[in-house]
Amino acid sequence: MASSLPGGTGEDQEEESGIGMKTSIRRVAASIAIAGLVIAACSSGGGGSPAGGGGQAGTVNIAVNPWVGYEADAAVVAYLLEKELGYNVEKKDLKEDVSWQGFPTGEVDVILEDWGHPELQKKYVDEDKVAQIAGTTGNVGIIGWYVPGWMAEEYPDITDYKNLNKYADLFKTSETGDLGQFLGSDPSYVQYDEALVTNLDLNYKVIFSGGEAATITALQQAVANKTPLLAYWWDPQWLNSQVELVRVKLPPYEPGCDADLEKVACDYPETPLQKVVSTKFATEGGKAYELIKNFNWTNEDQNVVSDYITNKDMTPEAAGEKWVKENEDKWKAWIPK
Amino acid sequence: MTAAGLAAQRIVPTVPRSAWALLLAASTAVLYLAFRGQWTLPHNNDAELFSSINALRETVEDNRDSIPLITPIREFVDALVEVFLTVFRSFSWPGLVAFAGALGLAIGGWRLGLLGAVGVAAFGVLGLWESSVDTLALTLASVLLALVIGIPLGILAGRSNRVLRWISPVLDVMQIMPTFAYLAPLALLFLIGPATAAIATMIYAIPPAIRITAYGIRGVSPTSVEAANAMGSTRSQVLRKVQLPMAFPTIVLGINQTMMMALSMVVITVLVDAPGLGKDIIRALQQVDVGAAFDAGIAIVIIAVIIDRLMSALGDRVSTRVAPGAAASRRRRQQLFLAVAIAIGGVIVGRLILSDPEFPDAIAFSFQGFINDITNWLRTNATHVTEAIKNVVTFGLINPIEEVLTSAPWWLVLYAVVGIAILVGGAGPAITAAVCLVLIIALSLWEHSMETLTTVLVATAMTLGFGLLLGVASARNKRFSAGLRPLLDTAQTMPAFVYLIPAVALFGPTRFTGVVAALIYAIPPVIRLTEAGIKAVPPTIVEAATSAGSTPRQLLLKVQLPMARPALLVAANQGIVMVLAMVVVGGLVGAGGLGYDVVAGFARRDFFGEGFAAGIAIVLLGVMLDRITQGAGRRQRANPRSAASSMVRSA
Repeated sequence: MASSLPGGTGEDQEEESGIGMKTSIRRVAASIAIAGLVIAACSSGGGGSPAGGGGQAGTVNIAVNPWVGYEADAAVVAYLLEKELGYNVEKKDLKEDVSWQGFPTGEVDVILEDWGHPELQKKYVDEDKVAQIAGTTGNVGIIGWYVPGWMAEEYPDITDYKNLNKYADLFKTSETGDLGQFLGSDPSYVQYDEALVTNLDLNYKVIFSGGEAATITALQQAVANKTPLLAYWWDPQWLNSQVELVRVKLPPYEPGCDADLEKVACDYPETPLQKVVSTKFATEGGKAYELIKNFNWTNEDQNVVSDYITNKDMTPEAAGEKWVKENEDKWKAWIPK
Repeated sequence: MTAAGLAAQRIVPTVPRSAWALLLAASTAVLYLAFRGQWTLPHNNDAELFSSINALRETVEDNRDSIPLITPIREFVDALVEVFLTVFRSFSWPGLVAFAGALGLAIGGWRLGLLGAVGVAAFGVLGLWESSVDTLALTLASVLLALVIGIPLGILAGRSNRVLRWISPVLDVMQIMPTFAYLAPLALLFLIGPATAAIATMIYAIPPAIRITAYGIRGVSPTSVEAANAMGSTRSQVLRKVQLPMAFPTIVLGINQTMMMALSMVVITVLVDAPGLGKDIIRALQQVDVGAAFDAGIAIVIIAVIIDRLMSALGDRVSTRVAPGAAASRRRRQQLFLAVAIAIGGVIVGRLILSDPEFPDAIAFSFQGFINDITNWLRTNATHVTEAIKNVVTFGLINPIEEVLTSAPWWLVLYAVVGIAILVGGAGPAITAAVCLVLIIALSLWEHSMETLTTVLVATAMTLGFGLLLGVASARNKRFSAGLRPLLDTAQTMPAFVYLIPAVALFGPTRFTGVVAALIYAIPPVIRLTEAGIKAVPPTIVEAATSAGSTPRQLLLKVQLPMARPALLVAANQGIVMVLAMVVVGGLVGAGGLGYDVVAGFARRDFFGEGFAAGIAIVLLGVMLDRITQGAGRRQRANPRSAASSMVRSA
């Protein structure tokens, strides 16, 4: 607003300077365009589109769901794909349900550690046929309700869900009013704790920590400071070898008891973790697909890599490399002939 | 407001407003005590509406390919983003540093060139080269989309009153709607990937492009247009030769705004698989790594500063109304040649001589360790302090208010809100508020909306309280103001997401965490508007008051604050809308209510319906709060017994 200079108020003046202004814009625009063209010419001369940067074999899009065990899988598989088979790997940080949405477009080629999504499997694998199951990872997933070890010692009967109401007062927090707090984790994880609380008539309220790291901090504090905590937790997880956590018994799982997620009133099943790939990748993925299909290891293997990433201050890439260097006998078998 | 309206206002209030307020408060209290716990609308996760939205989702999903335009749009936008990504990624780092420097030099001269080069080099120094380049590319692609659609719409709205009338409320809603709320529906249509990311960013960033373009066109002096018409110009000639050139500086301003908005949105689109710095931030959030988030946030701030300075320089250049002299234009030409030479040289060095080099580790620098040390120290040594603060606010404010709002009969809340709206804003806002609340009931989200309203009220109260204090301090102390300014600048450009991370590190997954994040996010404009409002009080009035014997305290309370009231009301309005946006993001870290519904709706298939409805409910809450506070501002300005005039009279 202060740009009009003294004297330059007449309309003619504005007309005239409008032209001057235009030519100067044109000049700037022209020189930028020239520079851009030259650069484009140079870069195509220099060769190397981003897809071809990592290797000549092509790009594999791996969804990475937000927990460190999955990251460990992805670290090792990505390292092998890149260094042994010459692929380029794109890791995509996505939530579980969202990852499946990437199959139809090829945005996602692989989910490495699926904890069981029957509904999604029905839609994407059985109905739309855009995805297929590529075997299990060898890990067995256990989800459950856990309390710190000291609580199980001090209140031995707390490990039965029927007694949880008796102890609800212990778990009260600023967020739950008169109810006890049940600490959920990432809302995107496989879970039906809210339904369990309702259907088992428990005086608890589910509060989500937001993710794995926040839950780990809460568990570590609960063990170290002997504060009460009841939380959604799982195995395989590196923390399980460092602190003592005890699982609370819920009504035992029977096949089908979790069919209706609103009426569910039983514990979580033990889930053999599986790999899911897009149909396109299964047919055109070549050696990359073979490797992913062959990938199979133990909970201990995964925990070693997770521990490198979380506690040894390594990047996933470094952790994957270290494990690969130390365990040649294990992964040699996965490499397609 | 018309003269008749003003006159009516002057006559009607025979009973003072404070008496009405007292009556409203008393009647609400009595009714609450009498009917507490009845006519409540407890939340039901299985409400019929949610399952019908879920069913609708399935239908859309199954027939997505047969919906016209969807696939072509996705493929087109995907390709556009891909072009930007490819071009930007194919720059080696010396190439991009040189190019940014050259651009700065060409547009604004040496200092800007230096800023561009150093800023871009900083991406590499922070160890975030690839993410930053991706973010830059994605932002520019989205902005291009926003401009290609927004500027023509803005021109239409600038030339036609009818278009403006239609488009304004739509833009209002787009600006109130939290970014989160439309990611899931967009992903339903366009699937996850760059297309959805760019379209979401475009939706978020387009309002300023439209608004400011329209404003610029309307700002062209009517005499110029008339003169052109008189000379027999056609409408399109008037547009091309008169209106557009004259509005151009304003349009550049709009482009700048659009870029800033886009930059804050691209971070969130990581949730639908966008590349870039958002990945670093979401990982930091998952790992509660405050330091890593800070680094990524700084990279965003750097991008914002570079774009802002470049665009401002461009704006200055196009609005300069005099042709440069011969000497100056020779210097300009030399600068341009030099700029082109630098850009080409940088690219050649990067591409051909060093052949796509990695950024040297030797000059790496990160705030991560330092920030995490501070956080860890606080977490181990100050837990009792953070706990105490959290508990005071939670037990003292959040819990009681939430208890009242959720246990009151729904019609009583409606009564109280409408009453308040009439008192502070008048009939218009009151009707809007009533409609919004009724629609929330229809969405089966009453209880969660009341929970969110609680957090919004508490966070807004805290934001206004602290913002007022800091704003007053800034207005009275130059040095304090100067010290605060860079902090505020940074706070305003950091993506809102980043604030969650320190808040969750210190306060855990609670509603208070959302309140704290909202406070950090929304306080800068409140401080600024307060400071500006107080400074705008004419010095003569201040002198008059001082010579009449006012103490500094009296001066502040009786003169400066009352006179700054219009500015403060604008601050309240801005604050409340920003708080609402942030409280929703708080759903990611344990804050319940509508924010959690939206987050869950995005992350979990079976919650899609509820999340979708919650997104709409948030918009309704936002419109309600916005209209009430805006109404207050309007009334303030229209009120003949406003503080200013009474002050002048008594002085």
